[in-house]
Amino acid sequence: MAKSIDVSDLNIYYSDFLAVEGVNMTIKARSVTALIGPSGCGKSTFLRTLNRMHEVIPGARVEGKVMVGGQSLYDSDVDPVEVRRMVGMVFQRPNPFPTMSIYENVLAGVRLNSKRISKSDADALVEKSLQGANLWNEVKERLNKPGMGLSGGQQQRLCIARAIAVEPEILLMDEPCSALDPISTSAVEDLIHELKEQYTIVIVTHNMQQAARVSEDTAFFNLAATGKPGKLIEMNPTKKIFSVPDEEATEAYISGRFG
Amino acid sequence: MSTTTTKSGSPKRRLGDLVFANLTRGAGLIILVALAGVAVFLTLEGAPAFSAGPNDLGGKSNLLAYVAPLVFGTLLAAVIALLIAVPLALGVALSISHYAPKRIASVIGYLVDLLAAVPSVVYGLWGIGFLGPKMVPIYEWLAEHLSWIPFFAGPASNTGRTIFTASIVLALMVLPIVTAITREIFAQTPRLNEEAALALGATRWEMIRMAVLPYGRSGIVSAAMLGLGRALGETMAVALVLSASGVVTFNLISSTNPSTIAANIALTFAESNGLARNALIASGLVLFVITFVVNFSARAIVARYEPGSKK
Repeated sequence: MAKSIDVSDLNIYYSDFLAVEGVNMTIKARSVTALIGPSGCGKSTFLRTLNRMHEVIPGARVEGKVMVGGQSLYDSDVDPVEVRRMVGMVFQRPNPFPTMSIYENVLAGVRLNSKRISKSDADALVEKSLQGANLWNEVKERLNKPGMGLSGGQQQRLCIARAIAVEPEILLMDEPCSALDPISTSAVEDLIHELKEQYTIVIVTHNMQQAARVSEDTAFFNLAATGKPGKLIEMNPTKKIFSVPDEEATEAYISGRFG
Repeated sequence: MSTTTTKSGSPKRRLGDLVFANLTRGAGLIILVALAGVAVFLTLEGAPAFSAGPNDLGGKSNLLAYVAPLVFGTLLAAVIALLIAVPLALGVALSISHYAPKRIASVIGYLVDLLAAVPSVVYGLWGIGFLGPKMVPIYEWLAEHLSWIPFFAGPASNTGRTIFTASIVLALMVLPIVTAITREIFAQTPRLNEEAALALGATRWEMIRMAVLPYGRSGIVSAAMLGLGRALGETMAVALVLSASGVVTFNLISSTNPSTIAANIALTFAESNGLARNALIASGLVLFVITFVVNFSARAIVARYEPGSKK
């Protein structure tokens, strides 16, 4: 489990519009990598190319290479469905399946692999995943209640439990705390700390304190101007980015002198 | 449909507001009055039929024996029509909302809507003149090879004017409304739910099963119920297509078929009088009640699936 990601010369398009240009990046296994940058700079777009969710949007495509543990994601014989089973994703807004119970939500991904699993294995997996997402103690009494009945922060941890139940190699998080209050945010951040023991985590965040708190490495994306493609400006250890970044633009963004 | 301005005693009411509030209230009341009027008429005019004898009831001894086969035929035709139409409509709706390229999808959607605009008498003519004869070889094959299934006991009709043909015509007629409602619901599936499924590694079909269909469940039920209401009440197409003899049988492909309430009224009302006419009106009351029950149970089912306020 847990693989590193190598991205080389990645261009990302929406139809003819070049959204992100020329990304080269190495993401270490078993660590947290934060993507920061102003709105519209392409960090979420970039994140979505790491599990081929980008191409769900009609006309969206990429050029270049994304290697996960030595396997190219965009080879013609690679099934995007397989990629998404290997690379889990947590979204900006919690999105448990509204008609499913907490229990069924956790198992949703496992059921997809059309494996028959015994009741006892399923119970064990649900407990393990919810424990892994720090949610077990809060919901163990009401596993058969709908997932939508939980608070926002609990729902988001339920989504994390759902993502880790299929034991992915990598976990992508697209602003996972932006819809949460500070207490829930802190719960999710604690969880990220624990999860990096097992998973490679890439997190997009608008909150620079959050990037500083949770990540080992930080990548700063920016656009030259409106309508121009987003670019990776700098990637460095988080400590360095927030103290002595290499680039002037990074310094300006982090210290709030941006734009 | 209550208006928000019905609360009395507000300090100052503008004339325009007052007029409009009363106009809308009046419109709402007219519906109730019309519905009540129909119910009262059907009950008053139908009541004498309870004393009707075999002479007025086409040889049946009492009203119940007269209406029961018609109810049976009505339900049978409508249920078969739904069994054909709902899966087809779901397929069409999903292909429009999730599979077909945008341009083709809008053309298909437009064509399906067009189906709803075809007058039912045209469907009836198509049923007699085209579909019926084309179905005859199929009925003959079914009667020969599958006659051990009661539905296909035969002997096969040689005009094709069977209850099964009528049901196919009905299915086509309810298809547009079921498709229109379900495709609207499917298209509204939150992107977030769809992406949740896809990001877990769902194929397109699995995504539809996990996110789209559960979200649309109550919509599917209400669409099917609306379709059922339409199929129950459809008159002209059935009256034209069906060669009815008022029997009760599950044999779908023979030339002796149960009739439906609506078709029976259309075919016999003009030349009936006296108590026979009252009996027809009584059968109309039964149809009225059935459609009422269907609509109410549809609402009950929708409300049970969706405890929230979502329609």
